Amino acid sequence: MPTFVLTTIAALLTLCAYSFLYKDNPFYKFAEHLVVGVSAGYYLVIYYYNYIDPNVASPIFFLRRGGEAIALGGAEWWLALIPGVLGLLLYTRFFPKWGWIGRWPLAIYIGGYAGLGISPVMQSRVLEQLRANAIPLTSVTNVLLVVGLIGTLTYFFFSMKHKGILGGLARIGIVFLMVGFGASFGYTVMSRVSLLIGRVEFLLADWLHLIE
Amino acid sequence: MLRRQLPLALCFIAGVFMAVQYFIPHSSVQDFYQRLLDWLMTLLAFAFLLGTVSLIKVHFHKIRNRAADRGFSFVVFFGLALTLGTGFLHPEHITPGSPFDVVFQNIQIPIEATMFSLLAFYIASAAFRAFRARTLEATLLLVAAVIVMLGRVPIGDVIHEGIPAATQWILNVPNLAAKRGIMIGVGLGMMATALKIILGIERAWMGGGD
Amino acid sequence: MRWFDRLLGIDRRWIFLAIGVAVVIPFFAPMGFPVVVTEPVRRLYDAIEELPSDSKPIFLSMDYAPATTPELDPMSLAIMRHAFRRGLPVVVMTLHPAGYGLAQRAIATAAEEFDVEYGVDYAFLGFHPGIAAVMLGMGIDIQNVYAEDAYGTPVADLPIMEGVRNYDDVPLLVSIAGSAYPDSWISFAYQPYGQRVAAGVTAVMATDYYPYLDSGQMVGLLGGMRGAAEYEVLIERHDKGVRGMDSQSVIHVFIIVLVVLGNIAYFAQRKGKRPAPQEA
Repeated sequence: MPTFVLTTIAALLTLCAYSFLYKDNPFYKFAEHLVVGVSAGYYLVIYYYNYIDPNVASPIFFLRRGGEAIALGGAEWWLALIPGVLGLLLYTRFFPKWGWIGRWPLAIYIGGYAGLGISPVMQSRVLEQLRANAIPLTSVTNVLLVVGLIGTLTYFFFSMKHKGILGGLARIGIVFLMVGFGASFGYTVMSRVSLLIGRVEFLLADWLHLIE
Repeated sequence: MLRRQLPLALCFIAGVFMAVQYFIPHSSVQDFYQRLLDWLMTLLAFAFLLGTVSLIKVHFHKIRNRAADRGFSFVVFFGLALTLGTGFLHPEHITPGSPFDVVFQNIQIPIEATMFSLLAFYIASAAFRAFRARTLEATLLLVAAVIVMLGRVPIGDVIHEGIPAATQWILNVPNLAAKRGIMIGVGLGMMATALKIILGIERAWMGGGD
Repeated sequence: MRWFDRLLGIDRRWIFLAIGVAVVIPFFAPMGFPVVVTEPVRRLYDAIEELPSDSKPIFLSMDYAPATTPELDPMSLAIMRHAFRRGLPVVVMTLHPAGYGLAQRAIATAAEEFDVEYGVDYAFLGFHPGIAAVMLGMGIDIQNVYAEDAYGTPVADLPIMEGVRNYDDVPLLVSIAGSAYPDSWISFAYQPYGQRVAAGVTAVMATDYYPYLDSGQMVGLLGGMRGAAEYEVLIERHDKGVRGMDSQSVIHVFIIVLVVLGNIAYFAQRKGKRPAPQEA
């Protein structure tokens, strides 16, 4: 199909989506439902060809992984079969009588990921951050960073009423949080506008050729 | 026993093993750990299809029950068939330039990108209607937002050199302190949730029923 | 109806129209304001610039969906162009399924501008589910996680992957992401294995990553279209990042004016509702 036809299809779908700005209408609904179906199918195909085929289907049925042959019944073969079977067991949830079987692979998956995260998250999000904020109070910046962190953490401490010193620290925390959220809002505006700029550039340059 | 206790036990064993393997460098533990990592990837890959089946069920029921907007459910199935057909049945499968890739580049990207770009319009409208300096906190947020908005675009440098400098200070000091506090809080929360899941205190993942 | 009531009651579609016009005008009347480079971007640029010419490959993880392409595609392209210009090999991967098609598109665009060969100067490992499992698995053996590249070629057969076993052999990993993948890269690649990590993220997320920059867990950070524009300035190859900054300037000023007008009208309306002071 010629490029211009494809670009025109993309542009018309873009305009269908933008029609929502005037009001909800069938063109927008069409685009919305089309992308839901297309993206669901897209992800499924990508999952299959990028992972399931080379790491599950190919080792089990064609006895090959990464260009190397695998012996039927060998260790590598079983190591591909077992997770494949566990994965299929997940689909028992669609059969009410057997749905409880799907909890077994789900348990391994949920528990495994939960356990994987404990140490790294503790290190990266808590210990390293506390270490980085343990700085000498030798400048205004450092004092603000330390006071700001203590204030923010105090604000989220709900086990005691925010009165007295605790209340004062929480109030300082709110000030820092508001400035932080203001910065986030400023960046959010840039982010949303960037998305619009991208689409406008597509319409003006790639479709209508009005700009380079 | 098989319906509740076994899954809870499996969750506990998998969670504890994954948590402590970081501290046990013995080769047999690390070999089993590497295998389990592969299994987790495979389980996640199979789990993805669950969402697609749910999507099909919802729209199938809409069509069967003759819901008012069932016509759009046919559009969903058309889109699904389009990508599944071009991806699995066409000889080029998912190679660059294949019909599958063409559908992605000319249908999925434009619609998805456009839908998110609608937010630009809504953020402007919301800023006009709702962004009010009613309290001290709201005023602080507003002032910080305005400084950062000006400081992160080239016109801010043109208006006054102090604007980008103020922006950098806001990002490197108060924003840093606040986001660090949030990060620590979130980290502690993540660990607490992980422990609750492993210990079986949090059981929502098992769903309802016995 | 008083002026502030009329202003506050304006149909929002007029605001939408004004936004649309404001974003289009700079494309036809560019202002060309210079983009000044900031430190987080310069740190990433320097990290790549300082790599020796015979360095092992940089890993570029393009973990984003079509929704964020205007912000993140320019970053991916700028980093690939920088690496190719310096003769540094690049291995591209993705942990987001939609990143597969986006990565292919970006690789094709960057590769055709340089004299580079697939499998030698660059490679694409494709998509893998698992996030944390993938990141931790790569710390042990990358070729066990990615047995084949995106096109079915065994990774062991790719010249670019010769001598690349795990993170010990990766000088830098850059995650371009529209959601919390960089947090995971830091938790599961930097913390346990010491892998140097940098990130390019959407502007929405950028402020959340300053703690990582400050603590040294992250080498550098590109934030939103501005970050992409700054990197394009550094590599002296202006593209969509720089081009979009004029529209950004106009829209930001317009929104600030809207906010100020909205507040003026609001306070005027509030004052108008207060009863007049009683005469003594």
